[in-house]
This record gives sequence, C-alpha cells and structure tokens, in this order.
Amino acid sequence: MNFFRQAWIVAAKDLRAELRTKEAINASLAFALVILLLFSFAFDPTSDQTREISGGLLWIVFAFAGALILNRSFARELVNDCLDALVASPISSAALFLGKCLANVTLLVAVELVCMPVFGVFYNVRWTRRFWPLLLVLALGTWGLTVVGTMFSALTVNLRLRELMLPTLVYPLMIPGLMAAIQLTTALIAGQPLAGDMYNWLKLLVGFDIIFTALALGLVDTVLVG
Amino acid sequence: MRQKLLFGLCVAAAWLVVADLAVILLVLPDEAAQGAIYRIIFFHVPAAWTAFLGFFLALAASVLFLVTKNLRYDGLAVAVTETGLAFGAANLVTGMIWGRVIWGIWWTWDARLTSMLVCWLLYAGYLMLRHAVEEPTQRAKVSAVFSIFAFADVPIVFFSIKWWRTQHPQPVVWGGGTMDPSMWNMLFLNWVPLLLLFAALATLRMRQEQAQREIDALRRHAHAL
Repeated sequence: MNFFRQAWIVAAKDLRAELRTKEAINASLAFALVILLLFSFAFDPTSDQTREISGGLLWIVFAFAGALILNRSFARELVNDCLDALVASPISSAALFLGKCLANVTLLVAVELVCMPVFGVFYNVRWTRRFWPLLLVLALGTWGLTVVGTMFSALTVNLRLRELMLPTLVYPLMIPGLMAAIQLTTALIAGQPLAGDMYNWLKLLVGFDIIFTALALGLVDTVLVG
Repeated sequence: MRQKLLFGLCVAAAWLVVADLAVILLVLPDEAAQGAIYRIIFFHVPAAWTAFLGFFLALAASVLFLVTKNLRYDGLAVAVTETGLAFGAANLVTGMIWGRVIWGIWWTWDARLTSMLVCWLLYAGYLMLRHAVEEPTQRAKVSAVFSIFAFADVPIVFFSIKWWRTQHPQPVVWGGGTMDPSMWNMLFLNWVPLLLLFAALATLRMRQEQAQREIDALRRHAHAL
C-alpha cells in the first residue's frame, strides 16, 4: 500500500468519524458565525471599509475556528488509547500526519465555504467576483494553518494545558502565512487580479506552505514515536 | 575553576564595554543627520546579532538533542534561548528609544520591527511550552521540535526587508545603507563584550539546568526509597 493511499485511509477515517459525530465541525462553524456577528458590532463598517478589512476579518475568523478543529485532531485519539494503536499500525507517522492534515483541511475549508456567503450577506459585500483565485488562496492559506496546527496538535496532545498552548504557539508561527493570505483575500474580494505585488504574496504563501509541510513531515515521527 | 572562568568572562565584558563606551561617547563624532542618538546603534545592532546567534545555537542544540537524546543539549538549548531572548528584548527596547527620537513614535508596524517582535514572541512561547510539560524527556523532545519550527521563522525576519516595504533604515550590513569605517569597526568592537556577556549568562543558565536535573534525579531516587 503506497504512502498516499495510507494517508487517504486515515483522512477518510477521520472524516467519517467527524461526519457521524459532528463534534468539531459544529462547534467550529457556530464559533465562526458568532465571531462574524461580533465583528459587525465591533466595527459597524460601511461597505468600502468592509472591503478594506475583509481579508483580516475573515482570516481571524478562520484561524479561531480552525483552532477548535485542530485541537480535537489528535486529542480525540486519546480515548481508548487509539493514538497508540494508530502509531503501532503498519503505516509511517508521516502518512498518519498527512491523513490528519487532509481531513482537517477538508473540514476547515467546508467551514470557510459556509462563512463566505454569510459574510457577503451580513456585510453587504460581493465576494464572488474572483471566485476561483479566491478559492485557491483559501485552500493555500488553510493548508498552511492546518499543517502547522496539526503538527502542534500532535506535539501538545499529552499536555495539561493543551487547549491553551495550541493557539498561543500556532498563531505567532502562522503570521507570515496569515499576512499573505489576508493581503490576497482583501485584494481578490475587492476584485483586483492576481498580478504584480499580489503575485509575490502568493509566492510567499506557497513557500510558507512548502517549508512547513516539509518540516512537519520530517519531524512528525520524532514527535509521535520518540 | 569554572567559577573563576565565568567571573573572568564577566570582568572582561565589563572592562571592554567601558572602553568601548569611552570611544563611542568621547571620540566618535555625532552623526550628520541624526545627531547624538545614533550611538544607540552600537548596542542595538550587536544585540540583534547576539539574539539571533542565541536562536541559531538553540536550533543546533535542539537538533543535537533529537539526534543524541542527551539532556545536556536540552539544557544548552534552553540556556541560549533565554539569553537570546534577553538580547532580543534589549534590541527591541533600544530600537524603540531610537524610534521615539528620530521618528517621533515608539512603535511602528513596519516589517522588521514586527518580525523581531514575532521572533521574540515565538521564543517566549518556547519557554511557556517548557513550563507546560512535566516529564523531562518529553519536555526536551517537544521543545526541541518547537525550536526547529520557530527557527524556520527567523529567515523570514532577515528577508522581510526584501519582501515587504519598510520604514526601517536600510541595514548597514547588507542592503543600501552606508556607514563611516570608524563607526563600522566600533559596531564589531562593541559586539565582543556583548558576546562575552552572552557566553557568561548562557553558561550560568546551563549550570542551573544541570543542577535542576541533578536535584530532580535525587528527588526521584528518594521517592523510590
């Protein structure tokens, strides 16, 4: 069985478990909507202002909502010693990690795709003008967030203060990736094309994803096995 | 013996810093555009170098720990990280003082300031993470992995000036900035006492870690009895 098939099996297992219990995704979605609502009270912006802050607003929502999903990713395997069984199973830690990442990315992108129309309606913004490039940016930004977050989910799984440590450690590390995603999202929602300066930000985002995916895949065995 | 060596390092650092200060304050002239305040650069820039040296050594120690599983390297990693953080704080604070005089503001969200602050927060997170893990071997493993991740952020600090538009004066080492050779030399001369201080503080902190490990081992031994 090759590496990607192993990863896919882990991802499918995680997604199936999540779709049956809907633990993390419901909490994450509800949380995302609450923050979107809160921001409308906090800023009460005009539509021009909204367009300027849209990227930052959305990515803060996604980062917060993502932390809820990522926190559960490895923690849910603690019950009945499932994590030990997974580590003992005849697949590499990297495949296990990649599978978890794929599942988390799918869930988080799903939450984002629900949030976007809600954002458009609440804030009176037409966000679909550059739909496909925006989807690409969402996917790339979410991948960066998920790779770093899933790694730290594995790293902090046995800690007392797990729920506190994960966001505290992940958000500062995420800043370059988030910055790029925020810039790109703001520009795309405003209807600008992916060119010039924006192209550099895209390169930064892709570079961020590659660096941290490679690091995580290389180090995850040390974290899970020892 | 080691006590004397440590003491000697501190004395040498103190003596050198006084000698350097004499040159910085009395011999070197005021800078044409900035006046007297530019002198803070002789501490600001070497402090940044020292901080990054600390973070780099932390990376090396973390990798060595993961390879050898020797807890001495974990002690080294935490020692250089903490000392690096202290120098990073010195860099941020001196930079803020300079900014207040030249720019009229304590803080601006330009790329370099922000990146240094992010780096600082990352390594502060490293220390927080250590406090959250009880078991020494697990603590060493978890924090070593985090240190490697944090260091991946450091190049972004260095290259941020190329990537992002910035208000920060061009770095004198590489980039468009220029500087008189006498000031140049002073920058490196004043790095020496800071390095000595760094070495002394890191050694001291490492010995604390070692003592802590011995105490913990004795405590476990006592419990076993």
